[in-house]
Amino acid sequence: MYRYDEFDERLVRERVAQFASQVERRISGALTEDEFRPLRLKNGLYLQLHAYMLRIAVPYGTLNARQLRQLARIGDVYDRGYGHFTTRQNLQFNWPKLKDVPAILGLLADVEMHCIQTSGNCIRNVTADHFAGVAYDELEDPRPVAELLRQWSSLHPEFDWLGRKFKIAVSGAPHDRAVLKSHDVGVRILRDPATGEIGYQILAGGGLGRTPMEGKVLRAFLPREKLLAYIEAILRVYNLEGRRDNKYKARIKILVHEIGLEAFRQLVEAEFAQIDSPQNDVDGEEFARIKSYFSAPAYEALSDVSRKLEEAQAQDEELARFVEHNLFRHKQKGYTALTISLKKIGQAPGDATSRQMRVIADLAEKYSFDELRVTHMQNIVLPHVRLDDVAEIFATLRAEELGEANIGLITDILSCPGLDYCALATARAIPVAQDLARHFADPRKQKEIGDINIKISGCINACGHHHVGNIGILGLEKKGAESYQITIGGDASENYALGELLGPGLPAEVVPEAIDKVLAVYLAQRQPGESFIEAYRRLGLAPFKTAFKEIADAVA
Amino acid sequence: MLLLDAKGAKDDAFLRIASAEEAAGDAVLAPLAELEALLATGANRRIGVVIANSQNVEALAPYFDRLALIAIAFPSGTDGRGFSLARKIRRSGFIGALRASGPLFSDQFPQALACGFDEVEIPDVNAARQPVQQWLDALGRINLTYQRDFSAAENILDQRRRARTAGEPKNV
Repeated sequence: MYRYDEFDERLVRERVAQFASQVERRISGALTEDEFRPLRLKNGLYLQLHAYMLRIAVPYGTLNARQLRQLARIGDVYDRGYGHFTTRQNLQFNWPKLKDVPAILGLLADVEMHCIQTSGNCIRNVTADHFAGVAYDELEDPRPVAELLRQWSSLHPEFDWLGRKFKIAVSGAPHDRAVLKSHDVGVRILRDPATGEIGYQILAGGGLGRTPMEGKVLRAFLPREKLLAYIEAILRVYNLEGRRDNKYKARIKILVHEIGLEAFRQLVEAEFAQIDSPQNDVDGEEFARIKSYFSAPAYEALSDVSRKLEEAQAQDEELARFVEHNLFRHKQKGYTALTISLKKIGQAPGDATSRQMRVIADLAEKYSFDELRVTHMQNIVLPHVRLDDVAEIFATLRAEELGEANIGLITDILSCPGLDYCALATARAIPVAQDLARHFADPRKQKEIGDINIKISGCINACGHHHVGNIGILGLEKKGAESYQITIGGDASENYALGELLGPGLPAEVVPEAIDKVLAVYLAQRQPGESFIEAYRRLGLAPFKTAFKEIADAVA
Repeated sequence: MLLLDAKGAKDDAFLRIASAEEAAGDAVLAPLAELEALLATGANRRIGVVIANSQNVEALAPYFDRLALIAIAFPSGTDGRGFSLARKIRRSGFIGALRASGPLFSDQFPQALACGFDEVEIPDVNAARQPVQQWLDALGRINLTYQRDFSAAENILDQRRRARTAGEPKNV
């Protein structure tokens, strides 16, 4: 993975000192609260319902053991012994004290980490496919591109005061695991069908929130060396033309929607034509330098089946289940990408204790070439595991309450923090996720239901990605009570779709029963091998809506 | 109003006027709408115009050689359109003085200079909280940049290239 050189290191240290000065100037009164607020947000510091929250950037979800141990240490010393992995592959601490933040930033800098641009109206942490570099179906590892964009966007003098936040995601595989179409800009690495040359498809105007929009193809093929100039053109057009009168209409998706894709494209292409020149091309030597950090580790030559694992599975039903659900096909024979579920039944999705972080760090060092990934589904991946080692890893995970075999199943629920933490939330999200996980806890039931995802947001800002959940749940407040709207048919993959509303909102306690009704339609009408989302596409909304109506009418 | 550039506070050589009829002295700063009228006076004085951050650059470019100063209005510190507008104005060939005018805060001073501004002009109430020294201090806080083409100082990519030719840069 990428390592800082002296310049990256100095920049982060200078940013820490700058933030310390901003805190001092707030305390002295030189900065008003209104002036300080965007400055602290640009450094990931929120003021939440009960305390400050500090969001730490995990660039494109990549971590090493030393970094995870440092996060565990910060959790122990400055927080309550746990952290929360987010839907943007970052980590949040929920209880830091303002006075400790400069010290925390110093500890982060010691392990090449920071909180730069994890919030605020600027270019946010760049995300990527969590199986980058290891996925069987990958055309090219997206991490070097993500790192190039990370550096280019860090402390950008022109794009630090945008109308709204700006999120970029990168994927290098035909299967989209980075939710490209939900991003302000999506970068898909692909081969030009005409020439066979590798370059980028550029998507723009995607976003969730109160007005969900699917990202659209802005450029079908962009030559590699033009990437930064083209993204700069997009950002400049957005910065100048995006709405500033209403923060809910300030995202690029609204600009693209209001003026139309073609008009937006013309503006971007005209701006790009102005700045496109050899000196604005991506520096080939610099890109090669970044790329060299992401070369494959020293894999052993192994057979693609592990007798050792097969024998262990035959002895241990839980291990067999873990193997069935938590392993992902690796491009290297005899290896697998192993996902550690942070969705133990009844736990807050994405939370990990400091102790668990240390256990995972040890496993990464011992079994995965010192590498880890955070997924946008709020789990952790050991990306380079020998199949021969899976049984040992599972034994450790099981002992630490990390052995849940539910990746991609109905209890692998994505959830924002909701009203338990968040100042923006209108309803609780975590307790709903916990109740649903308990409701569907039986492994046989989970297996019967098969591939499906539930995504829960505690307000319309949609940090819980509910629009693109196969089953999406949105918590609202209605006449002083929590009310949960359920959508179905959302899809975050390359078959991107926004979910459709089933009917009126329900109280929290009825949500599991309502989802039972929806699932009953699927289970009764599915064809062999058909997943929930596939059945939904074939059947349409109507039969699900009819089943849902029974519950909605009973409640009303 | 406090006017300052990278060297510190400075006197404003431009007399701020609301209409061309008020023109006096050897340098005036007027709303853009007054520009034609000012030019029509034929007087040999330096002219500056105040523009909104939504100004179309193509419409203004024909006047660049007759303008000594363009002041871009920042309605608030958090409205960053002026930064991109400054870049476009510089790119379109304007070589006169470029001023950011409005309630910016000192942390934005290096960003403004990097985007092509020469000076900033702050309301007195902001300047009272953030005196000149804070603005000058802000310039020295971040001494590195990944972006090319934004500052006279050598960017990180240049420094890496130089280190490469002299031997590999070291990891920390």
